[in-house]
Amino acid sequence: MSLDTLVDVISWALMLSGSFFVIIGAIGTLRFPDFWSRLHAVSITDSAGVILLFAGMCMQAGFTLITVKLIIIGVFLFVTGPTATHAIANAALVSGLRPKEAKGFTGVEPEPLTKPTADPAVSE
Amino acid sequence: MRIFGAIIVFLGLWLLLSGIYKPLTVGLGVVSTLAVVFILTRMNSIDEDRVEIEIKPVGFLLYQGWLLVEIAKANWVVTKIILAPSMPIKQHLFSIPYTQKSDLGQVIFANSITLTPGTVSVETEPGQFLIHAVAYSNDDKAALADMDRRVTACEKADIS
Repeated sequence: MSLDTLVDVISWALMLSGSFFVIIGAIGTLRFPDFWSRLHAVSITDSAGVILLFAGMCMQAGFTLITVKLIIIGVFLFVTGPTATHAIANAALVSGLRPKEAKGFTGVEPEPLTKPTADPAVSE
Repeated sequence: MRIFGAIIVFLGLWLLLSGIYKPLTVGLGVVSTLAVVFILTRMNSIDEDRVEIEIKPVGFLLYQGWLLVEIAKANWVVTKIILAPSMPIKQHLFSIPYTQKSDLGQVIFANSITLTPGTVSVETEPGQFLIHAVAYSNDDKAALADMDRRVTACEKADIS
């Protein structure tokens, strides 16, 4: 087996497993019951799917400028992905949505962001 | 010195991203680099503010390697939950204290928590993060405390 074939095989394995995790994320988004658990299903697409697909694409591109650009995009996604997830989760929490706790657990109540006297229009 | 460093970084970024080395494109890159540096020096005369990166580079790279392994493990756990017919989810909202002193360290810790599937950082409060876990187990707090210790170890020691 020549080196090119080997690189092809490895990169295809990476891309196929990345696609597998993207599909898993989609299935999880459909199967999970509520907003909070679906957030976790999407994060599979976000982490494993993106990392494996990018690794596969980098191997297909070889030592070229395309690989450099892919790595730059990957680093950006690595920083912005969780930040966006946090923003969505935080918006849900602030607007009053609480996760359904598992049996025998009580969740932490966060400190109120606005004091009740500060703005009556918000607390109502 | 900082100006020359900035010129080299901006020009390098332009050349890497364009990939076309005709005189026109390279010339445009030089012009825009000089324009950006000119604006930067003008802005600098207002407040002399600098971004300090309070992270050890080598330690941070080693931490990234460790984080990738953790992401892989957590991915597999959540994948099994999604595919299991009974779907054993066990949601829990809990708080985790952080020990990082710098803002950047805290951001890295919170983003690492969100990057590992199964846990999402929901809210930041003074001294602690609010974490939501989809499949909470009693080891989760110890694992996150371990991650917290590793991020803190990446910070430079001499920050106020």
